[in-house]
Amino acid sequence: MSAPLLEAKAVAKHFGGVKALRDVSLSIQPGEIYGLIGPNGAGKTTFFNCMTGLYVPDGGGFVFDGAPLVADAPHRAAERGIARTFQNIRLFGNMTALENVMVGRHVRTKAGVLGAMLLNGATRAEEAEIRQRAMDLLHYVQIEERADDLAKNLSYGDQRRLEIARALATDPKLLCLDEPAAGMNGTETEELRALIDGIRRDGTTILLIEHDVKLVMGLCDRVAVLDYGALVIEDVPAVVQKDQRVIEAYLGA
Amino acid sequence: MMKWLSPRSALGITLITVALLALPFVAAMGGQAWVRILNFAILYVFLALGLNIVVGFAGLLDLGYIAFYAVGAYTWALLASPHFGVHWPVWVILPIGATLACLAGVVLGSPTLKLRGDYLAIVTLGFGEIVRIFMNNLNAPVNITNGPQGITLIDPVKFGDFSFSGTTQIFGVALSGPQKYYYLLVALAILIIVINLRLQHSRIGRAWQAIREDEIAAKAVGINTRDLKLLAFAMGASFGGIAGGIFSAMQGFVSPESFSLIESIMILAMVVLGGMGHIPGVILGAVLLSVLPEVLRYAVGPVQTAVFGKVLIDPESLRMLIFGLALVLVMRYKPAGLWPSPERKRELTEPAR
Repeated sequence: MSAPLLEAKAVAKHFGGVKALRDVSLSIQPGEIYGLIGPNGAGKTTFFNCMTGLYVPDGGGFVFDGAPLVADAPHRAAERGIARTFQNIRLFGNMTALENVMVGRHVRTKAGVLGAMLLNGATRAEEAEIRQRAMDLLHYVQIEERADDLAKNLSYGDQRRLEIARALATDPKLLCLDEPAAGMNGTETEELRALIDGIRRDGTTILLIEHDVKLVMGLCDRVAVLDYGALVIEDVPAVVQKDQRVIEAYLGA
Repeated sequence: MMKWLSPRSALGITLITVALLALPFVAAMGGQAWVRILNFAILYVFLALGLNIVVGFAGLLDLGYIAFYAVGAYTWALLASPHFGVHWPVWVILPIGATLACLAGVVLGSPTLKLRGDYLAIVTLGFGEIVRIFMNNLNAPVNITNGPQGITLIDPVKFGDFSFSGTTQIFGVALSGPQKYYYLLVALAILIIVINLRLQHSRIGRAWQAIREDEIAAKAVGINTRDLKLLAFAMGASFGGIAGGIFSAMQGFVSPESFSLIESIMILAMVVLGGMGHIPGVILGAVLLSVLPEVLRYAVGPVQTAVFGKVLIDPESLRMLIFGLALVLVMRYKPAGLWPSPERKRELTEPAR
């Protein structure tokens, strides 16, 4: 096996007396789709938030792309190449779809106040490039015809796609999707599955938190199961599916 | 590449230019007092657009904006008056004033980075008052600000031998002091309008808007919210400092009284009532809110005499009553402001899905 893209080392997080994460260690290989599943409250989103710098872990840490992730400022995670979407979609509602994706380019561009005021050649060129790239990404997730609509007026499925486009705009090495299929019907889930698969084929590693076990098992190369904040198993879907502890965790036996 | 102007917008620009050039002469027909009112209207446009960067773009509610204006005004007053006996030139003082105000902005900004909405408003309000009280009390043990008496005999803006006070003949036209300041202020106002417009449609402007919309999502896409919020505070403050310097020079006198909480509230009201984040709206709000009280000052008394034959209600109280009522009515019937941006209008009229 090659060096992992992301390695979690005994990550722990508690909120008061509640242990949301108990020494979770796992590793994600470059180029794979890695599923993170578990019952409600198992700690999946907490794991996400620790990784992307929204929470500071109480123990352990992450190594990403060969260097430790310092969990002090959330924007650093995006700089390093970790992009995420949110379980309860968080778009910039009163900005257009195109602007949302353009904001995603922020971290990979550098025009400052002076550039904005002088509007010199370099700034104009960068601005045009941002716009073009954002349009391309809207096309990639197949919502380019909604480019000039306010994000909040998009349909639920389109909002999910827009959030993915915005995350992709940061040129991530690792794209983390927090329950992207939540609230989607069968057709929409199938389209989403194709989209995620396509993103992986285009070279982005994916970490997928999902409730839809069928989607996870069909799509992921490897799956980790969390229960009560602890890692139960990390393996290929076929093994995970048959594991007695996983079945117990889900059925509460 | 410059796009050629269409004949229609060229005509519009010409008309606006002519109107702006002619305005001080029209106002002067009613007396120089009207030119001063006009000057203050433009000064408020400048201030409101400075505050618009903080409130309108970045969505940070600042109730102490006048403090930066005070810093700029006192910088000018101290460095160009007999108080300390120094008379530095404008191109030295104005940048110093802007820099000090900018630093004050960062000082206010850094402890409030994690605050939003009501909490931020309270801290900024306190900050504004602290600055005013400092100006009021820094006359002992060492007399720096001359306390409540304020500083008098402040130098006007001067470029070499060209002073902005007193009447001068230019190409055979007599220009009074206020009329000269008018053109200076218009030039500054145009500058800040251009800066506002360009910032709004820039990478920085988008990042501010993103922070305003959803701070967590903004962080997740890699926006350094701390730096960008500080930047908004610092930029808004710098413009406040510049406006303060011009105010000081124009008046020739400053005292802590000019920098009370009500001033901060008025400037915020200009931004909100005009149309938060929408530049033409903010300009409209600033002009209306600065001119309307003055118009009422001149109108309320005579109108009462004409209608009732005598002055029934004290004009000063009635003036503020009408003014307050006008504010309430505008916010009741135009909650997004008098001239909101199309997006903001939709934001308030369409329910979110």
